[in-house]
Amino acid sequence: MAAARSFLGVPVYKPRVAFFELSSCEGCQLQLLNNEDTLPDFLSLVEVVNFREAMTGGTDDYEIAFVEGSVTRGDEIERLREVRGKAKTLVALGSCACFGGVNQLKNRFDPDWVKKEVYGDRQVESERAKPLEDIVTVDLRILGCPINKKEVEGIMVNLAIGKEIKTPKYPVCMECKANGNTCLFDLGEPCLGPITRAGCNSCCPNGRAGCWGCRGPAEDGNLAQMTVIMERYGFSKETIIDRLECFGGFSDYASQLRTIKLKNSS
Amino acid sequence: MIFRIIKKEELEKLFELLASGSRVIGPVETGHDRNSDPIYEFSEVSNFSEIRLDHTMTKLPAKKYFLPYKEDLAAFHMKGRDWDKSVDYHCDSPSVFFGLHACDINAFNRLDKVLLGSSYPMPYYAAKRKNMFIVGVDCVPGPYCFCRSMGADTALQGFDLFVTDLGKTYFIEILSDTAFNFLKRIKTSEPVEADHVRYMDIVSKKNMKFEAHVDTTDLTKILDMEFQSDIWKYWGDKCLACGTCANVCPTCYCYSVEETVSLDLQSAKKTRQLYSCNIIDFAEVSGGHNFRPERQTRLKYRYYHKHRGFVEAYEDSLCVGCGRCGEACLADITVPKVISSVRGGAV
Ligand code: SF4
Ligand code: SF4
Ligand code: SF4
Ligand code: SF4
Ligand code: SF4
Repeated sequence: MAAARSFLGVPVYKPRVAFFELSSCEGCQLQLLNNEDTLPDFLSLVEVVNFREAMTGGTDDYEIAFVEGSVTRGDEIERLREVRGKAKTLVALGSCACFGGVNQLKNRFDPDWVKKEVYGDRQVESERAKPLEDIVTVDLRILGCPINKKEVEGIMVNLAIGKEIKTPKYPVCMECKANGNTCLFDLGEPCLGPITRAGCNSCCPNGRAGCWGCRGPAEDGNLAQMTVIMERYGFSKETIIDRLECFGGFSDYASQLRTIKLKNSS
Repeated sequence: MIFRIIKKEELEKLFELLASGSRVIGPVETGHDRNSDPIYEFSEVSNFSEIRLDHTMTKLPAKKYFLPYKEDLAAFHMKGRDWDKSVDYHCDSPSVFFGLHACDINAFNRLDKVLLGSSYPMPYYAAKRKNMFIVGVDCVPGPYCFCRSMGADTALQGFDLFVTDLGKTYFIEILSDTAFNFLKRIKTSEPVEADHVRYMDIVSKKNMKFEAHVDTTDLTKILDMEFQSDIWKYWGDKCLACGTCANVCPTCYCYSVEETVSLDLQSAKKTRQLYSCNIIDFAEVSGGHNFRPERQTRLKYRYYHKHRGFVEAYEDSLCVGCGRCGEACLADITVPKVISSVRGGAV
């Protein structure tokens, strides 16, 4: 690993960091190891003391813990509490950790049916999928499914030099327009860009696919108006709710919406 | 102003002449929307046949070429104990804008007032603006266009030459020396009385085609009087605070500046990003206080800047009536609707 870094002649803070996963696909951690070009620089900013996906062994002496995944089992609750106890800073890494992620889709179904569909007759423990925040205090959230490595790189630099860490408060539309995309509504497709927090560089609309809200709500997002617009463009209530429910960032509003009758609903 | 007539095929020759020394940006068709209408955008072109002179309003203005959404303003790089500074205005070659409507030309004229004419001109804009050659083109108003209400339906300055389609020939208005010299290299003729008649006829027919209008009579005063009107809440409740209206607007110039340090900690840069007054933290200051936390006050601010503040400062509105913001707004908030509701006190 490269030597300790300095910025403008001043040695920078090099935190001991650890990575853990709960119920997840481990894709966010994998993202961290992507981008080989910048990986040495990235690793020189931190001292990785525990990272099952990237190293063997590891210690419990860390300052910052990055936790990926949602909480679905009792032993995960215990583990999370233990990590929280040891870490000065706990970072929720990715949509599962922040909102429950794709895992929380099961929360809308009967839990016994879900278990039977997936595991058949095997006896497994699998409760409602919850974000870390339901169990412990989270200090920083890194959004996205998966997370955006560039954004994490920026966060690491700011941690090292002691600069405030900011995520955009505005929605994906800002990035989408800056990228010169034709709005998907003009092309007849739904998109949650107007209410979803930016920071992914409008990843999905750039590829002509509508946003599914993986980064959760933008600040001051106008959910009620978004629903009116989706309806006006002819999308059914089920289409709207499916999108809103996908990653868990809008789950409260989505369940509220279930109880409201919309014009296009069957 | 000097007028000339050219045969249709001469325009392509003019294009070739202009394209030989500069990059050319023009309106091209990129596909069709859900109603099968063509979608136009400004893009770099290498071939005259790509340009659609008959284009209706492009979704986005040619803004990325003169006020990029993101632009690095300055950077430094450490070199041992020494360091290098770099400042780049990002203007490597002259640009020809081939086929701008009158509203988009007037947008330049209004931007010039604040970005070139103020006490602190913006060099990044100036570099690009002073290295432009603009070919204007006449148009047919679409359902969202209200440039005539904003005094922006004809361009009197700020371009090099302007092309009007007379059917069999083009009518050319020449404004700059550069344009005059270029036109010497293609075949032109003096317009005759019949050409003038035909030109006037086209202009007056265009004037009758506007469907959208804004009554600007005493608008600055009316806006002052209606500052507390309930109507702002009506529009604020609809607004998504998405910033699209500013991003598609040819005259919105607000920005934020962000400083980033590179991952190897050896360099850092300042980047300007275009912003919008409808965005939640537009009026948030150090320490976290937000002067305009509600959507309605931000939306109102947009209208006050464009139709009141700018008019008082520069005797012109900062809106040229291109209609893009209304067309792009998913919440269906359009300038004609908002202004008429403010004037009438109801939607
Ligand atoms: S495609 Fe989506 S993100 Fe892009 S402008 Fe339209 S609504 Fe916004
Ligand atoms: S566009 Fe939406 S769904 Fe796609 S990466 Fe961005 S936030 Fe996630
Ligand atoms: S007025 Fe329309 S385009 Fe502008 S921020 Fe509001 S919703 Fe977005
Ligand atoms: S405010 Fe709207 S109509 Fe006026 S110039 Fe801007 S985009 Fe065009
Ligand atoms: S204040 Fe708003 S309306 Fe005025 S230029 Fe800035 S973004 Fe545009």
